[in-house]
Amino acid sequence: MALIINELCVNCFACEPLCPNKAIYEAKPHFLINPDLCTECLGDHDAPQCAEICPIECAIEDEFGDPLNPPGSLTGIPLQMLQAEVEASVRART
Amino acid sequence: MELPVLSPAEPAAKSGCSSSSCGSSNDQMTGLPAHILAKVQDHPCYSEDAHHYFARMHVAVAPACNIQCHYCNRKYDCANESRPGVVSELLTPVQAVKKTIAVAANIPQMSVLGIAGPGDPLANPERTFETFRMLSEQAPDIKLCVSTNGLSLPDCVDELAKHNIDHVTITINCVDPEVGEKIYPWIFWQNRRIKGREAAEILIERQQLGLSMLIERGILVKVNSVMIPGVNDQHLAEVSRVVKSKGAFLHNVMPLISEPEHGTFYGLTGQRGPTQDELNDLQDACSGDMNMMRHCRQCRADAVGLLGEDRGEEFTLDKIENMEIDYAAAMVVRAELRADVIAELESKRAAKAAKQNVVSLVSLSSAPALRPVKMAVATAGGGVINQHFGHAKEFLVYEASAQGVRFLSHRKADQYCAGDTSCGDGESVLGMTIKALEGCEVVLCSKIGFEPWGMLETAGIQPNGEHAMEPIEDAIAAVYAEMQAAGKLLVQPAHQLKSA
Repeated sequence: MALIINELCVNCFACEPLCPNKAIYEAKPHFLINPDLCTECLGDHDAPQCAEICPIECAIEDEFGDPLNPPGSLTGIPLQMLQAEVEASVRART
Repeated sequence: MELPVLSPAEPAAKSGCSSSSCGSSNDQMTGLPAHILAKVQDHPCYSEDAHHYFARMHVAVAPACNIQCHYCNRKYDCANESRPGVVSELLTPVQAVKKTIAVAANIPQMSVLGIAGPGDPLANPERTFETFRMLSEQAPDIKLCVSTNGLSLPDCVDELAKHNIDHVTITINCVDPEVGEKIYPWIFWQNRRIKGREAAEILIERQQLGLSMLIERGILVKVNSVMIPGVNDQHLAEVSRVVKSKGAFLHNVMPLISEPEHGTFYGLTGQRGPTQDELNDLQDACSGDMNMMRHCRQCRADAVGLLGEDRGEEFTLDKIENMEIDYAAAMVVRAELRADVIAELESKRAAKAAKQNVVSLVSLSSAPALRPVKMAVATAGGGVINQHFGHAKEFLVYEASAQGVRFLSHRKADQYCAGDTSCGDGESVLGMTIKALEGCEVVLCSKIGFEPWGMLETAGIQPNGEHAMEPIEDAIAAVYAEMQAAGKLLVQPAHQLKSA
């Protein structure tokens, strides 16, 4: 078992020094977790440290692809507003 | 009628800010003890006098943060937006030192290097302190300062003192957890994410502890507060009293910046920022107890130059790579410039003290009912009215009253964001400028076009190009006297009555 950092990562470095296994490393285009080293902090902390400090919702997933910080859980922004924002940013890119 | 100028006119400001009395309460500097004055006299963010002459820069080495604020979006990478917490490129400590030295050699007025983000500098202690350590060795003539949300501050105070950092800014938006839980959705504390009231309680306790620890060590503390109408606006006068009683020497109340396109909680949920009048009123309310800062430009975490300008584009990583720097030679130039400016500032302070002893020329008893009037000024520098209305990127707002003329604030005409294609809202630049001048009855400029003239008049703002090249305070006093002669100062203007 290991956690995954996905493309939503903003490269803020917050998680990297917290990992008890030094499994997190800087990479392009975003930070990554070495799955061979990640223990999801079992035995070290009550909760995975990267997911505890990560400010970006959905940027850290478990092995099933489920986000540890689902939409709205960190910012408190209501879901329908988040959805509208995502659509606006997609429109801006196309 | 002749009005006294509440702050002395100063010739030829050489800076991005051109007001001659641009800053905080009139006696911001005169009220300070000598040992503090000596520390801040060349710090643009701590001294309103200094900011006309000395520049600052921020290096973006600190991306991580340990709290979330509802006015912040952690997707911090934006080239267009000019607001705190946003940067174009992150630097390593080695790159930051190289950039700082390049700027210091090319802009000898650059007296201060700050680390302000884009996250929290003290949540990145290794990167922040590595930068400070190298700079104090390689460029000992640069003042170092740091800003923080305060959560990690008590753990870092000794390290800060070791690096000879004598200025720290703490952002304190509340001293009451009930207010705090509406501003901070979570903090990361002792290996856990903590939400709600408990998060606010811990953060407030750490901020207050850190403040006291800094004061004990003789480190100067400025407190920044973001004014959020309906959330902490009624509470900030209390914050001002508390932080002053603990020894903070300057309070900077800044307006919330909140637009939906910033993607913040406040932006998306429609939380508005304060109007300029609300901000000024609160600053006035706090100023009875505390030195207030009014010249803050809420700059980016990678800003370079005098307050109100950003020369970061001249010092990108690829550009500094090719610069040959002889820092020993640069230090000589920097020291000479600093000595010259400080001598000039000292002579001005002496002149100001002498002027304040002169009896006011206005007979207050003859004009008891005159109402104050706000006027905006377009100026490109030098303390005179010398800019075309359409070229002004910011306006200086003054208040004229029977007591004299005083500087109130800067107002941006380009509204924080120049990236019109990505985040414009369709409003014309002219319309936004007129909105920015809300509350002003007169706008003084060197020239103005036909179309904006008409639009300003419709909005209840009288354009005035008759005082081109005159000193700002003298021109405002003259216009105020004309308004009095025309009987305009005894009644409220029509557009204000409507909104009242």
